[in-house]
Amino acid sequence: MTELIPGSIRVDRYRQKTLVTGVTIAAIFTLLALAPYAIDPSITSTWIKLFYLITLATMWNLLAGYAGMVSVGQQAYIGLGAYGLFVFNDLGFDPYSSALIASAVVGLIALPLSFVAFRLRGGYFAIGTWVIAESIRQIVIRFDSLGAGRGRSISNYTEDPILRNLFTYWLALGILALALAGTFFLLRSRLGIALQSIRDNEIGARALGINVNRTKRVVFVVAAIGASLVGSVICLQSIGVASPSQIFSVSYSAFMIFMVLIGGIGTIEGPILGAVIYFVMDLYFSQLGLWYLVALGVLAVLVTLFLPKGIWGELSSRFNITLFPVGHRVIATLPVATTANVDVAEPTPTPVS
Amino acid sequence: MPILNALVQGILLGGLFAMAALGLSIAFGVLRVVNLAHGEIMTLGAYLAAVTLTATGLNVWVSLLVVVPLMGFVGYWVQRAVLQRALRLSELSPLLVTFGISIIIPNVLIELFTTNKRLIPAGDLAVQSITIVDGITIGVLPLLTMVLALVLIAGMQLFLARTRLGQYMRAAADDSDTLRLMGVDYRKVYAFAMGIAFAVAALAGVFFGMRQGGVTPFDGQLTVLFAFEAVIIGGLGSLWGTLAGGIVLGVAQTVAGVVSPELPLLVGNLVFIAILVFRPTGIVQSKVAV
Repeated sequence: MTELIPGSIRVDRYRQKTLVTGVTIAAIFTLLALAPYAIDPSITSTWIKLFYLITLATMWNLLAGYAGMVSVGQQAYIGLGAYGLFVFNDLGFDPYSSALIASAVVGLIALPLSFVAFRLRGGYFAIGTWVIAESIRQIVIRFDSLGAGRGRSISNYTEDPILRNLFTYWLALGILALALAGTFFLLRSRLGIALQSIRDNEIGARALGINVNRTKRVVFVVAAIGASLVGSVICLQSIGVASPSQIFSVSYSAFMIFMVLIGGIGTIEGPILGAVIYFVMDLYFSQLGLWYLVALGVLAVLVTLFLPKGIWGELSSRFNITLFPVGHRVIATLPVATTANVDVAEPTPTPVS
Repeated sequence: MPILNALVQGILLGGLFAMAALGLSIAFGVLRVVNLAHGEIMTLGAYLAAVTLTATGLNVWVSLLVVVPLMGFVGYWVQRAVLQRALRLSELSPLLVTFGISIIIPNVLIELFTTNKRLIPAGDLAVQSITIVDGITIGVLPLLTMVLALVLIAGMQLFLARTRLGQYMRAAADDSDTLRLMGVDYRKVYAFAMGIAFAVAALAGVFFGMRQGGVTPFDGQLTVLFAFEAVIIGGLGSLWGTLAGGIVLGVAQTVAGVVSPELPLLVGNLVFIAILVFRPTGIVQSKVAV
């Protein structure tokens, strides 16, 4: 990746840092995967929620933070993931394979829906996605086999609650790993550079020949697949869906927006931080009932107005830190330096995010 | 005959949707702000009316004299204190702020008034009706709603075309910086527009409440979608288009209701999606730059 421009500068993509981050993250995930053997499963199963919250926040951040699409309709795909699990489970697949198959199908459904949603822009896009989500819910509840308006439970599922929790835990962890790695490598790829340029200036990106709609469409479908997998996890964790209006609830979108805003929109680290904050707040304050939701709303408004970069954005711009480097930087090298040696000279690294 | 009846009722229902959508059209037209909390503003207006009713024992029409100016005042200051700042930050900020507001309002309402339906009695009007021919009966309330919607839209058009403030609003929509160079503080113009949007939304909320016999904290989630659908079906930037959009949505819902009582919402949404796919500019092309 390191490209030498003879004599003066080279472009660095933070390969060393990426390696360090990659190894650290891989170690953390290995530990998390082994955790149920060391820690009581009743404790680790509470982490499932954290895993899927981070996944949701990461996906919504891809949509809004990078591609500029504020969607309040992600619950459509969460619900479809849950109900898709029923469909394939009824066809004879085990619940975990059903979750994966359902997510692929949801991706296929999201593709044509993107053509509908992309007719709208900005706030109207937001409402358009919401209308699509409502329509999907209204269609799903017309199927009696899916429990109609009442919700239903997974019919063909293992009896052992410990095994069930374990597999759901690993599925949620795997989805999270996939979402994070996918986002990281997506953003480092050519498509990711296109996305970041769209984030910074859509018209400019278009002028440089970036196919904005196609790039956005990829993100839209990826986010739908992610939401679908999360929907399956939610469904697996509660062994079914209590009611369609719950799994198709717009409050999922509200939580995603909250997590991303608090953490820092348009960064990889921000949504993770936001999801952790939300998870902890939820543990301690959710018994406050609706005032808690009111507080979330107020906090979201305040953060948008007074801390628009979020907590992570503020930290990273103040201390110049990134955990997941996806940018480029130009480094001046000595004219005599002809080999790519990272340690040679870094007089003034100029980070370009 | 049932279909014809549904058609007539649908057109009248369209008046209500158009009224609900008008505030949204104004806010988008002048400020380019898409107010995701629009439905909640309607609900808030309806609750204010209901509270005024129980507090004073007056009838609903008198309560409008309190509710509408009050919500206009609220809109003015929400714009000045909150949204103006968001507008400066980025394109996404106003969306996120209004979405935040749309989370706050219903939950506060539930905590204050529970989830039970709060009655908004419309008095004798709610039951009075006019029989035109056999099988087609028009309620006085829906008729009144339609007339009011027409008056509001025509009034708004005249206001934008003829008055000084209306001209400022159109100028602010086109180029707020130039307006400022001309010595007009566009922030005040924006705030007035938002005030009008909130006032009209509150009015529509009260009428929606009267039609339903009352209001619940969850109504906003439904009405915001109706209002947006009417705007987009009608075509962005056209007030009369909004009326047409409201009528299309109203007719779609009522006719679907004849087939099955479970269908209206779904068919309404599907019509909206179909319009998006086949006629994304809406059914009325915008001529006036609102």
